[in-house]
Amino acid sequence: MQALTNKSIAVNRSPMTFWERLYLINIIKGMMITFSHMFKKQPTVRYPEQKREFSPVFRGLHVLNRDEQGRENCTACGLCAVACPAEAITMEAAERQEGEEHLYKEEKYAAKYEINMLRCIFCGLCEEACPKDAIYLSETFAPANYTRKGFIYDKNDLLIPNTLTNATELAKAKGVEA
Amino acid sequence: MTLLALDWAIIIEKLILIVIIVLTTLLITLYTTFGERKVAAILQDRPGPNRAGPFGLLQPLADGLKLIMKEEIIPTSASKWLFILGPGLAMTASLMTSAVIPWGTEIHLFGRTIELQVADINIGLLYVFAVVSMGVYGIMIGGWASNNKFSLMSALRAASQAISYEIAMGLALIALLMSTGTLSLKTIVADQAAGHWWNVVYQPLGFLIFFICAMAECNRTPFDLPEAENELNFGYHQEYSSMKLGFYLFAEYVNMIMSSAIMASMYFGGYDLPFFDETTVAPNIAAIIGVGTLLIKIVLFVFLFMWIRWTIPRFRYDQLMNLGWKKMIPLALFNMLITGAIILSKS
Repeated sequence: MQALTNKSIAVNRSPMTFWERLYLINIIKGMMITFSHMFKKQPTVRYPEQKREFSPVFRGLHVLNRDEQGRENCTACGLCAVACPAEAITMEAAERQEGEEHLYKEEKYAAKYEINMLRCIFCGLCEEACPKDAIYLSETFAPANYTRKGFIYDKNDLLIPNTLTNATELAKAKGVEA
Repeated sequence: MTLLALDWAIIIEKLILIVIIVLTTLLITLYTTFGERKVAAILQDRPGPNRAGPFGLLQPLADGLKLIMKEEIIPTSASKWLFILGPGLAMTASLMTSAVIPWGTEIHLFGRTIELQVADINIGLLYVFAVVSMGVYGIMIGGWASNNKFSLMSALRAASQAISYEIAMGLALIALLMSTGTLSLKTIVADQAAGHWWNVVYQPLGFLIFFICAMAECNRTPFDLPEAENELNFGYHQEYSSMKLGFYLFAEYVNMIMSSAIMASMYFGGYDLPFFDETTVAPNIAAIIGVGTLLIKIVLFVFLFMWIRWTIPRFRYDQLMNLGWKKMIPLALFNMLITGAIILSKS
């Protein structure tokens, strides 16, 4: 029969010699191997202090984006909610009032915007569906919580800090330690 | 009024010595458990426990605290007194060996000469052997009293293993006793310290046999059949919880330290620091150096135990018995014969 790979090694079935039967030599060989591992570099990432970088395509926790004037991009069109295969997104639209132009970019905005992080599968379809560049998947993940309610993220949790009024907090949220 | 014509100071002196030895042993044991985890980790390219305190040094305290805080469970079907007796017996038996180990030469304090050995009995080796055989009672009683099939199975294994390897161990000791000509551990160590070669030079095969048997007596991997997790769940301490379990786990490490101390004393010169003339320094300093040397030797042996544990997989039960009865005992007999022949040809 032809071998499937060239990795297979024929097993030596000849009877063991006296020295092999003593096992001691092989035990010492094995111990040398384990001993050599004492000086090997540990691949461990010491987690809370030391974090591994995510890949650039990592899809993490959602953020709701603002434009360069600090206004919310979201117009509550609902395309993300439609695109969401896990039905994790709910929203309620509201009309922009007079004098709120510095808060919302367009005439309609999301009064309520909630993502259930227990339902979300982080597929990123909401990000693709959004015509207004309003929702993005960031490079962090949802932290642990004690209640299921705690995993329903509302606008306070999702909206990124205002670029103009709260630059330091934005930097912190981005993970760029000041 | 003298009831007993005893030197009361010697009793106080010995009591203090016993307390110091037991406390030191327990402290070292505490850190041996930590060392075991650290050694295992380092051999497997892991960092090991490093969260509790600097370098994880408070880990043993955390472990102990956890064990104490756990609920104490005595199964309803267990035989209660034996169940409680088991861990205590295991611990006592393992600590009792420390009585005959010469920890150093002697210290001169307050005009008294204090021997750093609790009891220099002239049958030291026999005493060690007797106490080591007692060690299996803790496991047997614990396993039997648990009224659990796995525990019983494990206790049976431990008993048969201990009995099998004790024979070879005893035979290895007889060969040593033939070459040293004394049963007193103090004399054995003193002879080695007094310029002779260490006994391991005269008894290499005997040492190897004794070492393997000691490993089997301590239930260490590759001989940890009584604790074979994949076959027996947890072994003889399956039904134990809280500090009773802690005692069993602790006793294993105390056993390890004690057998290391015995091996260091009998084969590796005990408190003798090689290439160093003890007479050049003050006797008290020499004694302290001696104690330090013995401790270093113990640590090295304990490391060897751990190193072996994390290298070699467990034996199968028939392999264990094969090794014990068909290899170790004939080898030990052969060793005895050779020793006898050499002694005869010399005289």
